[in-house]
Amino acid sequence: MDLFVSQVLSGVASGAIYGCVGLAMVMIFTSTEKINFAQGEMATFSTYVAWTLMTVGLPYWAAFAATVAISFAAGVLIQRTLLAPLRDAPEMSQVIVFFGLFLVFNSASGAIWGYLPFDFPSPVKAFSTGTTLIGAHQLFIILVAVLMLTLLFLFFRYTSLGLCMRAAAQNPVSASLMGVRVGWMLALGWGLSAAVGAVAGIMVAPVVFLEPQMMVGVLLYAFAAALVGGIDSPPGAFVGGIIVGVLENLVGTYLVGTDLKLTVALVLIIAVLIFKPTGLFGSRRVARV
Amino acid sequence: MDCLKRKTALAGAVLAVALAALPATAQQGPKRYGPGASDTELKIGQTMSYSGAAASYGTFGRVMTAYFKMINEQGGINGRKISLMSVDDGFSPPKTVEMTRQLVESDNVLFICCSMGTGPNASVQKYLNDRKVPQMFVLSGATRFTDAKTAPWSMSFSPTYMDEGREAARYIIRTNPNAKIALLYQNDDSGKDTAIGFKEGLGPDRVKQIVSEQTYEATDATIDSQIRQAKAAGADAFFDNTAAKFTAQSIRIAHDIGWKALHVTTTNSSSIAQVLEPAGFDKSQGLVAGKYIKEPTDSQWDNDPRMKQWRDWMTRYYPEGQKTDWWNVYGYMVAETLAHVIRAAGNDLTRENIMKLALSLDVESPYLLPGLKIQTSPTVRSAVNKLRYYRFEGKQWVLLKE
Repeated sequence: MDLFVSQVLSGVASGAIYGCVGLAMVMIFTSTEKINFAQGEMATFSTYVAWTLMTVGLPYWAAFAATVAISFAAGVLIQRTLLAPLRDAPEMSQVIVFFGLFLVFNSASGAIWGYLPFDFPSPVKAFSTGTTLIGAHQLFIILVAVLMLTLLFLFFRYTSLGLCMRAAAQNPVSASLMGVRVGWMLALGWGLSAAVGAVAGIMVAPVVFLEPQMMVGVLLYAFAAALVGGIDSPPGAFVGGIIVGVLENLVGTYLVGTDLKLTVALVLIIAVLIFKPTGLFGSRRVARV
Repeated sequence: MDCLKRKTALAGAVLAVALAALPATAQQGPKRYGPGASDTELKIGQTMSYSGAAASYGTFGRVMTAYFKMINEQGGINGRKISLMSVDDGFSPPKTVEMTRQLVESDNVLFICCSMGTGPNASVQKYLNDRKVPQMFVLSGATRFTDAKTAPWSMSFSPTYMDEGREAARYIIRTNPNAKIALLYQNDDSGKDTAIGFKEGLGPDRVKQIVSEQTYEATDATIDSQIRQAKAAGADAFFDNTAAKFTAQSIRIAHDIGWKALHVTTTNSSSIAQVLEPAGFDKSQGLVAGKYIKEPTDSQWDNDPRMKQWRDWMTRYYPEGQKTDWWNVYGYMVAETLAHVIRAAGNDLTRENIMKLALSLDVESPYLLPGLKIQTSPTVRSAVNKLRYYRFEGKQWVLLKE
């Protein structure tokens, strides 16, 4: 029983990590309908920025806030300079830009900060949960993710800027006729996504250690998480992450052993998508023919 | 000084000169050149991961390049300039194939030496063996490079994964003959090789002492689940054959969930800077690792004259390299061994002779741990194939008695 509980909780903890990165993917998808493959690498780069700010003496939360702000600005900048000119280009060109960004950020992190893994600080390191079943930082990740989700929900639901962004994503033509500056809304979407990615990176790093490849593996799971939850649903991405995390642990422990746990987890995900193509929380898309 | 003594001194000097000249002429012998060798130059090829996923190992190629720059400044080896053509393959096998073909067919190198990685080397293994081009000192622990039957022109430098597994099993049984053992390795050839070696080292009677055998994927985010399972299986010894960043994770997780097993890890995952520092020294106490190289971050070598010499060399020839990275010591040692082979070959610079010499090494290296040697034979094809065991105590590795 102890093993079961510890595997479930451990799955929830790693699932929260997948969910955070999945959330960042969803942010870009909802505003651009594309998957940004460079998401993980951008998040890693942001985490290095936070690391640098902390090593020069900034306290944790100041560095946290500054990193989120810097990442937001960088996300907007990337969209305006690299992607806006490609607005009417074929989709494949944009995907290539994403891969290019992946390589650029991955190599830049290594070139600037080296390849040695760093022990990234966590503000809750000193706390103990009183049990070995789940660590304090794991609880902290879940807390931060829920908080982030709530803020995003409030932003999109109750602010006019949020409404404009949703409008620009869902119906760019009508939105621009209504006076919404669609281009800028997309840029804000990128900024938000980069900011969410930065938070995800800062949350993940204390668990997996900060190094240039930190997000490469996580991205795969995050993608799965986002798909299971529904690629256009922020809470879906998070819940999807937790489902993937728990599933892979239980499948690995009780069903097929660790060799095939990833395979089985992905097969289950495919099954979900066959029977519910929009994911568990995604919205069905209706297009007029 | 009287007359007699002067004569003796003179005779002695003449003798000394003659003796010094003798082996040189004997070694140099008649000139026999393979491709890439001439009176003035010797060309060697290498593919290296200067970019891509394994870019952090690229430092190995930089150290070697710097080493031969120094050698050439000093006049080369046996009067020949050594041109090490170290090209980037981004750790991508298709690129390795392209680069290696170019090195062999248009740059005309005498042999390929010290190329990086299992995948990249595997992709050109058949090509090089078919053409009888030495694939020397492969930077991989895969057993496929040390098989005289299938690949007579391949050989590796560091202990193979099977060597590592075997030595670890022996260490665990020496320490606790009744250990209940957990085994964790990456789900790929390297991991499986180590597991085979480990079981071989245990012997058929003791294999049942393995109470938990698990794998993880290189792309996994964490190995939390595996460590918890191993603990739940009741293991009191843990052969942790994971890649560096996962070892750092497992040290931390084992500590945090209160699993106090004899924790044994591998050379590649024993770096203080890469593994123990990020995991935390307090959590790393008692960790055991098999090693063969003197670690630059290890303070017990601070006053070691040859390590000091290496540091000075780094400052002078490779100032941008990190003096804390053991890959830089490793690269230096391999470069020195390669120089030894070339020197010994004298004027017989054919592919056959280079391979023959590389497979009959018996050399001490000041960068190996006390008691270890660089030793090869036509059947023992990994230059270093034994390990010494260390326990982490306080802030450093302490060498254990054999």
